[in-house]
Amino acid sequence: MSRLFHALTLGQRCGALLLLSLLAAAWLVPLFGYNQPNVQHLSAAFAPISAAQPLGADQFGRDMLARLAAAVRLSFGLSLLCVGSAAVFGILLGVVAAWSQPWCDKLLNFIANTVMALPGLVLVLLISGIAPGSFIMLYLGIALTLWVEYFRVVRATVQPLVHSPEIECSRLLGFGRWYLFKRHIWPAIASNVLTLAAFGAATSILMMASTGFVYAGLKPPTAELGLMIVELFPYFAEATWVLIQPLCVLVLMVLGFNLLAGQKA
Amino acid sequence: MKQILIKRLLQLIMMMWSVGTITFILSRLLPGDMAYRIAAGRYGDDAVSAAAASAVRQELGLNDPLWQQYSHWLWQLMQLDLGDSLVSGNSIIAELQHQLGYTLILAVAAIFLSALIAVPWGLACGFRANRTLDRVSLVVSTLLRSQPVFCLGLLMILLFALTLNWFPVAGYQQPAHLFLPALTLALSLAALSSRVIRNSTAKVINSDFYLFAKVKGLSEWHSFKRHGIRNIALPVVAFMAMQLVGLIEGVIMVESLFAWPGIGHGLSHAVFSRDIPMLQGTALTCGALFVIINTLVDSLCYLLDPRSRRA
Repeated sequence: MSRLFHALTLGQRCGALLLLSLLAAAWLVPLFGYNQPNVQHLSAAFAPISAAQPLGADQFGRDMLARLAAAVRLSFGLSLLCVGSAAVFGILLGVVAAWSQPWCDKLLNFIANTVMALPGLVLVLLISGIAPGSFIMLYLGIALTLWVEYFRVVRATVQPLVHSPEIECSRLLGFGRWYLFKRHIWPAIASNVLTLAAFGAATSILMMASTGFVYAGLKPPTAELGLMIVELFPYFAEATWVLIQPLCVLVLMVLGFNLLAGQKA
Repeated sequence: MKQILIKRLLQLIMMMWSVGTITFILSRLLPGDMAYRIAAGRYGDDAVSAAAASAVRQELGLNDPLWQQYSHWLWQLMQLDLGDSLVSGNSIIAELQHQLGYTLILAVAAIFLSALIAVPWGLACGFRANRTLDRVSLVVSTLLRSQPVFCLGLLMILLFALTLNWFPVAGYQQPAHLFLPALTLALSLAALSSRVIRNSTAKVINSDFYLFAKVKGLSEWHSFKRHGIRNIALPVVAFMAMQLVGLIEGVIMVESLFAWPGIGHGLSHAVFSRDIPMLQGTALTCGALFVIINTLVDSLCYLLDPRSRRA
């Protein structure tokens, strides 16, 4: 663990710290009794800060702290799911493409190019059009746009590696494919994959918020950052402070992942 | 050059096929009987009867096997027969023509503005790499990049439209309406491209050939003009292709935010109202824009770099 910590740059440490504190806050908040993100108190709309509602209330008198915590958990959960499945799928197909027959490589590359021919958000919107408001469709759409990056990077890195002397040697010694992957391929792709994963997490959080923002994602009353922003926007004059909260949380989350990915622009 | 065009044409066809397929699946997954739904759309809700529905089913071949319907769907797509909107009843092509004009104005204005911002910004940082200005600009660009483009747009509205009252919030009649959406998009694009320009500039002015140009007595301006610009531009233009995804996605968000009546606005509304022909049309147009601008960037790279022509 300490070795991992020392390997990180200052920016990456800041990013990790930011994300960890957000995560901890999001999971701890319900334990302190702020666990009702959807309970309305219409008489207490935009109630000021109090012990019961430390961040105030929104237009329906719902507790903002509980809502924000729920939204952060949702965003983290979705991004973890999307990045996890996209990475596993992309790495697997990338290695397969680099390792197998040319026709298989061509086929997989063709599929990847087909996905790449559409901008990600368009694809996500199209797929979420199948069942608006469905978490699974949103997840499928985002994961579908993300796996291509892993596939391309892994394929490009592994292709020259497959015919390298060290892998030939290990093969001649009779080691299995899993061992070859663990010993030779994973170390070569690991740092790139982790960078991609951090960027991918930021992208998936942004995409989810974007679809919520245009009412094409999850449906109210789900506590979701994009939805919260668009719902609160009409009240910005009365409650600027409340509108700023989901905006800040969203920016902090994306900033955290971007910092964690490191500056490679 | 020919190879670039063929590759992109293939990409265009694949894009059309995938959009067509997804929307075909979508249209079959909608709840309710399709024949009744179309009959209701044609004759009004009151005039729907089993006879009308079966007439529609006969006419549109809804009893045919699925693969026949699918090939029919693709055949119509190939002829660019996109049908009529389920909401407004107008033909999709006419609506798209109307929207595309607005989107192109917005996209061109945004690219132009972002170049206006990013080029001086990136060059200034590149010439003074790792000095104070560069450090500050890194922080600014990181902060800008962490914003989803609609947050940036909201901040613009709050600042310029509601506090300072300089520009209108939303609308599309006057040129003044264009400014805020274009600036929002431009800033989000410039945040990233300024860093690319900065890196490229720093690399070129620290290179041996640039040093040599100065050693042989060329002035700062001459060595920059003869040896700098083209070398700096190449990675920047190549990077623009990557940024296109951001541009198209940004257009969708910004148009929805500022009620700019373009393709992206149409797309998000089509998802919201489940207007499938419209969804297909707008997604196709977004995809086509993406491929076409990509082709332009590829050709520009080809023209900029004489090495690619020799190969």
